[in-house]
Amino acid sequence: MSEQTNAIELRGLRKSFKNTEVLKDINLDVARGSVLALLGPNGAGKTTTVRILSTLLSFDGGEAVVNGYSVKKDPKHVRASIGLTGQYAAVDEYLTGRQNLEMMGRLYHLSRSDTRRRTEELLTQFDLQDAAGRIVKTYSGGMRRRLDLAASLIATPPVLFLDEPTTGLDPRSRLAMWEIIQNLVKADVTILLTTQHLEEADRLADRIAVLDHGRIIAEGTSNELKDRVGKERLDLVVENAASFEAAIRIFGKEIMQSDGDRRLVSVVIEDAVRDIRRMLDVASENKIGIESLSMHKPTLDDVFLQFTGHEAEAANNNE
Amino acid sequence: MKHLFDYKTYQVKAEQRAQLYWIFSDLSVFIQRSLRHIFTNMDQLLGLTIQPVMFMLLFRYVFGGAIDTGGQNYANFLVAGILIQSAAFGAMTTSLSVATDLQRGIIERFKSLPTIGWGVLMGHVTADVVRNFIQALVMIGVGLLVGFRPTASVIEWLMIAGLLFVFTFAFSWVAAVMGLLAKSVESVQWMGFFVVFPLTFASAAFVPTNTMPRALRLFAENQPITHIIEAVRALMIGTPVGNHAFLSVVWFVVIALISIPVASVLFRRYSGR
Repeated sequence: MSEQTNAIELRGLRKSFKNTEVLKDINLDVARGSVLALLGPNGAGKTTTVRILSTLLSFDGGEAVVNGYSVKKDPKHVRASIGLTGQYAAVDEYLTGRQNLEMMGRLYHLSRSDTRRRTEELLTQFDLQDAAGRIVKTYSGGMRRRLDLAASLIATPPVLFLDEPTTGLDPRSRLAMWEIIQNLVKADVTILLTTQHLEEADRLADRIAVLDHGRIIAEGTSNELKDRVGKERLDLVVENAASFEAAIRIFGKEIMQSDGDRRLVSVVIEDAVRDIRRMLDVASENKIGIESLSMHKPTLDDVFLQFTGHEAEAANNNE
Repeated sequence: MKHLFDYKTYQVKAEQRAQLYWIFSDLSVFIQRSLRHIFTNMDQLLGLTIQPVMFMLLFRYVFGGAIDTGGQNYANFLVAGILIQSAAFGAMTTSLSVATDLQRGIIERFKSLPTIGWGVLMGHVTADVVRNFIQALVMIGVGLLVGFRPTASVIEWLMIAGLLFVFTFAFSWVAAVMGLLAKSVESVQWMGFFVVFPLTFASAAFVPTNTMPRALRLFAENQPITHIIEAVRALMIGTPVGNHAFLSVVWFVVIALISIPVASVLFRRYSGR
């Protein structure tokens, strides 16, 4: 294992399928123990990047280094350094949860005793011990995904690839998954995750790289990106014209946009809870009647609009 | 659960062993995996066993009376045919298993591990061989109930087992190639049907070939499935084996020698859907 500071390095990575160029000159560094989110719509090249880094796909140009090993020249060492969790839970339906983990442990070439110990630890950590003896066919979607992630952790790999780890999960399972990933970060695992949701990238990642049509169009911390995209805003719809005028006068330069016909006032907010409470207090002090309010976070579309001038759109190539 | 994630203080390492050790270890893991599938996927095992029993009863009681086997008891004639036909259908399970693995993405996962990926295929083929032997025992049992009276000695039964092994092994590798080409469970089912149906019915499985039209007869008498059926049948009921056993071994060894490397190359080249 190398002691260099970056766990993943991409230099000028290029990949084409037939005549379609899906990755055009990707440059990326992921520092050891950090989380990088690759953010982009379907077909942007996220999965292709992950598949190249996990040695599943060859590439046409550039250099890819994972955990100090060249993906092209030393795929065996790369494979021994990584865990991979795909978009769908790639676990064996006709084995039990425990058998799945034990199988993976042996395939990572752990000793029998390490395999057994890690299996029981992971079953406990991922809250699967009660279901451990049941075949996976009987598991819920969230349980499968947890098992899938557990399987990629069995050999304590220093680098982890999570390809859309929460796609298709219900909100509760998604939260559980987020919590697990946040714990992994504390464990000093380097994670590259892909997502279509800014919220997910924001919540989990140290740095975000925005991928569009095979190019990285923006990279930075979540705050850096959001500063460039715009803040969260609160939309207030007030009861009548008098309230509208009062609102315009009182909120003054905090107002982002307003619309007299719909009696809509949009205000920039920094801290949702504090700002909403303050505005409601100010509104009632000044007898501004509020009909409804809603909050808007910058979305992937906002990011794309900002950096590309077009909305996030799925490319047609076969990612 | 948090402290257990602390990889700074807690890491497991791959065990240091000779490369050959891991090749055998990987193989045994994949074989164990597929063998477990036999018994957790009971629907499949039942389906694969019930279908040939139905065929056996159908031919024995519905068609059998009208088929002239030259004085031979029809049950004695039939069992070898059904045995090989069900083994051929059984071998197609490999194509289903491979296509399912591809569709689920588990092959991708195996390929991202420091392991021999093609062991997955070997696992499925081994499970097919085991499944076919279970099936064959059921077949022969049902055969005995409907009038099958074999005269084979222990050595002849061992030869039959050997032929069944060579046949299933070779045919399962063909099925693995089909699974890798089809990539989806639906298309592979049709493929299996189109391969197995003509090969087993245009053969000496259920009827003597001498009433078939000339062209069909020429095909039926010289294709590998007929050779193996004739060989198994002769061994079971004590008629002359001729060169059928020799020819079928040659056929299926050649088929295996072609399909194994083809499957391995397709497997290595496979790069996602």
